[in-house]
Amino acid sequence: MIRLMKSAALAVAVSLSATSAFAAENVRLTGSGASFPAPIYLTWFKDFSKKTEGVTVDYQSKGSGAGVQDFLNKTVDFAASDSAMKDEEIAKVGEGVQLLPMTAGEIVLAYNLPGNPKGLKLPRDVYSDIFLGKITQWNDPKIAAANPELKLPATPITVVVRADSSGTTAVFTKHLSAINPAFKEALGEGNTVNWPATDKFIKSPKNDGVTATVRQTPGAIGYIEYGFAKLAKVDFAALQNKAGQYVVPNAESGAEALAAVKMPENLVAWLPDPDGAKSYPITSYTWMIFRKDNGNPAKAKAMRDMIEYSLTEGQKIADSMGYIPLPQSVVDQVRKAAQNIQ
Amino acid sequence: MNTPFAIPDNPDSACQPPSTRDFLVDRTFRALARIGVVLVLALVFALIYEVGRKALPGMEKHGFDVLFGSVWDVNQGKYGILPAIWGTLYSALIALLIAGFFGISMAIFLTQDFLPAKLAAVFRTIVELLAAIPSVVYGLWGIYVVIPAIRPLTAWLNSELGWIPFFGSSLSGPGLLPAALVLAIMILPTVAAVSQDALTSVPMKTKQAAYGMGTTHWEAILKVMVPSAATGIFGSLVLGLGRALGETMALAMLVGNANTITLSLFAPANTLAALLALNFPEAGPNEVEVLMYAALVLMFITLLVNVVGSLIMLYAQRGNK
Repeated sequence: MIRLMKSAALAVAVSLSATSAFAAENVRLTGSGASFPAPIYLTWFKDFSKKTEGVTVDYQSKGSGAGVQDFLNKTVDFAASDSAMKDEEIAKVGEGVQLLPMTAGEIVLAYNLPGNPKGLKLPRDVYSDIFLGKITQWNDPKIAAANPELKLPATPITVVVRADSSGTTAVFTKHLSAINPAFKEALGEGNTVNWPATDKFIKSPKNDGVTATVRQTPGAIGYIEYGFAKLAKVDFAALQNKAGQYVVPNAESGAEALAAVKMPENLVAWLPDPDGAKSYPITSYTWMIFRKDNGNPAKAKAMRDMIEYSLTEGQKIADSMGYIPLPQSVVDQVRKAAQNIQ
Repeated sequence: MNTPFAIPDNPDSACQPPSTRDFLVDRTFRALARIGVVLVLALVFALIYEVGRKALPGMEKHGFDVLFGSVWDVNQGKYGILPAIWGTLYSALIALLIAGFFGISMAIFLTQDFLPAKLAAVFRTIVELLAAIPSVVYGLWGIYVVIPAIRPLTAWLNSELGWIPFFGSSLSGPGLLPAALVLAIMILPTVAAVSQDALTSVPMKTKQAAYGMGTTHWEAILKVMVPSAATGIFGSLVLGLGRALGETMALAMLVGNANTITLSLFAPANTLAALLALNFPEAGPNEVEVLMYAALVLMFITLLVNVVGSLIMLYAQRGNK
């Protein structure tokens, strides 16, 4: 019996030392945050972990706010956020914060009209008024004026918005607040806003919920991410941009919008209403958040490698997944800034 | 039988006292059972304590404004859950009406010799299978099947009978009625299964006596069997209501989550459970306090329903004797 116990103890000791030796070469990065870029991040991290010996990157998609909270509580190595990070939050991190825009996305207005008419065009004042609850019928003269070739029914407009707190809502309401003072006054911007309480405003959880509801509801309109709309094959509207042109969301119009704004030194650029005749109006960067001083050279190196991979290989798959590749100038800026992560 | 120990088959040993082993087994079992009871109670109290502790700051800050407010605006720090309370109760009650009617009818049909015993067992299993379907599947099914199916009828009701408050608005998609319909299907297995148990546990003699007095099949069912099983049937309704109040995912997908208070069955509404599920993941500290407060309210409503249900059952039982 005693011999048995001894050998068991030995086995445990051996296996323990084996795992600790293993752990020494193995770097594990954990991150959490935004759900909007989660599909592309998860693909990057999976490929990167597979191609890089001894480095594993885990990412939990739990929302921008929760990611920043985890980052502040130091439960994760890095975070991701659609709404960057507030100055007072940055001030709380003694090690210093490096924000890096990693990809960008568009928000589209998906609609469902009887007869599935394609190519609906929505002027700026119209779509902001729809989400303000002021325009309530599809045959509203303002919509009809912009779409003379479409036969618009006398159906009430059912507006589908996100029920859960979401970075998508934050980006969308930021844009609406920028183009419509009445919207800013009444609803403002944020991860959740107080949408008008009428029986024609419906809230559905997540992108999937909004998409399903729009599809099943004749006369519905809702905002979803471009990547999602592309996968779900729903009809989406061409929106009028700042220059007065109607633009369809796609990688080119998104890239135009990104090119229209100059990336500042801190790498936080907002595009609530981008200039440029070909720019899609609702486009936004999304960020990863790192500590400048990680106190662990191996981890910091793994992070820089991961960023480099995302900037090179990662950008190539962005378009196919419904995201917008970063402009080359921004890639260079991010690469330079990544050196601050030590 | 009240003897705590089994009497051995061997007649010679019938008068022996319990052996040490019997004694130990008995004691151990009793101790384990007690620990189980204490653990369950401790768990319930820990739950209430923890939720209550986290809700306390919210209660101090907002007081009863939360209960009677109808605006939920995180950016302005306004939290009102009255529409959610209303929606929770309204949807659960409608679901209970539907599930109660069908569940009890089903229980009568399956237990009162309408079907051969084997066929009844098959149907019973099928109804119980409904309980095994995940909530999300019900939600999707509601969006893709129930809503399109009821749309023509609701449009007609709204245009022809729109002056009745229940049909006062047109159904855009998710709303109270689809949510309540799906909820009814979800609680149907509970109602049907417990009512069946209640009906089968009515002694055979009662039924035979009824027939002996010359009742018809239906008279025996409606005037003797159902009243005798009333306590159990009522219990099934209370259990079903309890489930309906707490159901989350399917409702979050179907109810529309709009903070409106209206009698209209076709308007979107909100429920407490959906509110909690949708807002927790990204809630900031201030919002969490209020969400905990809302969770406490939901627990209180469920508790109240169960207590009232038990009291009515107790009263009914006393009346029976």
